[in-house]
Amino acid sequence: MDEALLRSLTPSVLAILVRRGADFAAAEDAVQDALVEAVRVWPTDSPRDPKGWLVTVAWRKFLDAARADAARRRREGLFDEEPAPGPVPAVDDTLWLYFLCAHPSLTPSSAVALTLRAVGGLTTRQIARAYLVPEATMAQRISRAKRTVSGVRFDRPGDVATVLRVLYLVFNEGYSGDVDLAAEAIRLTRRLAAAVDHPEVAGLLALMLLHHARRAARTAPDGGLVPLAEQDRGRWDTNLIAEGVEILQAALAHDRLGEFQAQAAIAALHADAPTAEETDWVQIVEWYDELVRLTDSPVVRLNRAVAVGEADGPRAGLAALAELDGTLPRHTAVAAYLHERDGDVATAARLYAEAARKAPNLAERDHLTRRAARLNAHRRHPG
Amino acid sequence: MAKYLLLKHYRGAPAPVNDVPMDQWTQEEISAHVRYMNDFAARLEETGEFVDSQALAPEGAWIRYDGEGRPPVTDGPFAETKDLIAGWMVIDVDSHERAIELAGELSAAPGAGGKPIHEWLEVRPFLTAPPTITE
Repeated sequence: MDEALLRSLTPSVLAILVRRGADFAAAEDAVQDALVEAVRVWPTDSPRDPKGWLVTVAWRKFLDAARADAARRRREGLFDEEPAPGPVPAVDDTLWLYFLCAHPSLTPSSAVALTLRAVGGLTTRQIARAYLVPEATMAQRISRAKRTVSGVRFDRPGDVATVLRVLYLVFNEGYSGDVDLAAEAIRLTRRLAAAVDHPEVAGLLALMLLHHARRAARTAPDGGLVPLAEQDRGRWDTNLIAEGVEILQAALAHDRLGEFQAQAAIAALHADAPTAEETDWVQIVEWYDELVRLTDSPVVRLNRAVAVGEADGPRAGLAALAELDGTLPRHTAVAAYLHERDGDVATAARLYAEAARKAPNLAERDHLTRRAARLNAHRRHPG
Repeated sequence: MAKYLLLKHYRGAPAPVNDVPMDQWTQEEISAHVRYMNDFAARLEETGEFVDSQALAPEGAWIRYDGEGRPPVTDGPFAETKDLIAGWMVIDVDSHERAIELAGELSAAPGAGGKPIHEWLEVRPFLTAPPTITE
C-alpha cells in the first residue's frame, strides 16, 4: 500500500468534507477513521480511485458519527447544538488547513500534533510514538486543540510566520519512532512553498534541505554526534544541497530578508566549503550579524561568538562570549571549545566536563564527555 | 510478570569498584561502555522484558504549594541532598531473581581499563494493581 499517497491525500479529503458543511473537528475525526480503514483494507483491496474512496468512506464516517451524536442529544434532551457551517476554503484547496492547525491560540505542542494529523495524515498512534507520549495523551491533546480552533473563521489570510514556526519545530524537535519527522516536515513545507509565494517559506525549505543533506554524516556508527568540522563531507547529499541553494537564491532575490533565509544562508556557506578549513567564516559572521538584527536572540549571539572565534581567532570569540549571559544553554560548551582552540587544554577539559553535566540531551553529554576525555588523555600523554 | 525499576544514581550510592570518572577514560573505553549499554537495552527488547529507559539532568529544584493564590515556593538545588537519581531502566520480568540477574549485568558495564564498573544499582519492585482472584 502506498502510505505516502494516502497521507498526501489527507488534507484535500478533509477540505472536501468541510466544504460539504462538516465542521472541522468532526470532519477531521472522520478522515482519521477513513485513514485507519484504508490502512486495513487497501493492502488486499486497493481502490482504483484512492481519493474518491477516501472521500466516500470519510463522508460515511462523518454521517454515522453525526447521526449517533444527534440520537444521543435527543436521548439527553439536547437540541441546542446544530453543527455550525464550517469555514469556507478560500483560493487554495488546503492552505487554510495549515493556518488553522498553526493558529496562534494553540500551544506549540498542540499545533504540531494537529498539523501532523490534519495536514500530514499521520495517525494519532504514529504521532504519539514520535513524541514519546502515550497514545491516549496525544489523542487528548489533538481533540483539545480542535476544540480550541473550532470557532476560527477564515475571512482573511493568517500570518505565515505561525505556520513556519510549527514546521520548524517538527523538523528540529522530531525525536524518534517509525515516522521520519524531518522528512515529513520537508514534505509539508514543500507543499506550503508550492501554494504560497513567500521568501521566508522558501527560506525555511532551503534551511531544512541543507541540514537534511548532512544527516548521514551527523551520526557516528555508535550513535554519537559528529560535529560539523569533523563530518565526512563526502557523505553529504549533494542533490539536496543543490536544491536548497537554488531555492535560497531565488528567495534572497526578493530582497525581503528574514531569519530563515539568513539561517539557510549560513547553512549554504557551510555546504559550500569542500573542507572545514575552507569555510568562509567572515561571511558567516556577517550573516550572524543579520540574524542578530532580525531576531535579537541570545542563542544567535552565542553561535555568532563561535563564528567570530573562527573568523578572527579564539581570543576574539572569547571576547564576544564574555558579553553574553553565562547561564545561556551551551555557553559553557562554547567557552570550552574556544579555550581549546586557544591552546588552553586544562581550562578546556574542565569546561567540557562541566558542560557535559549541563547538557540538555544524552548525545551532547556523551559528545562533551568525549571531548573532555580526549583532552585529559592528551595532557597525560602529550604528543 | 512484575515490573522493576533499576535506578542509577549520580550521588548517594556506595562507591563502585572501578571509580574513575568518564572524562578520564580513553575514547575506546567510552565507546565500549556506550556499546554495552545499547546492546543491553536492545537485548531486553528482544526478550520482551524492556519497558522504558530515561536519563535525568543532574540539576533540578524543590517546589511546594504555598497556599491559595500564591505562587509555589521554589528552593534548591540543595548541594547537601545525599541522593541524586541519574536515570532508570524499567523492566518487566518473570521473577525477582531475573530482575537481580539483569541488574547485575547492567552493573558490569565496562569503564576505565575496559574493566567492569561494578556500579551499585538500586532495584525497586513496582507496587501492582490488586489481582482479580483473591481467594
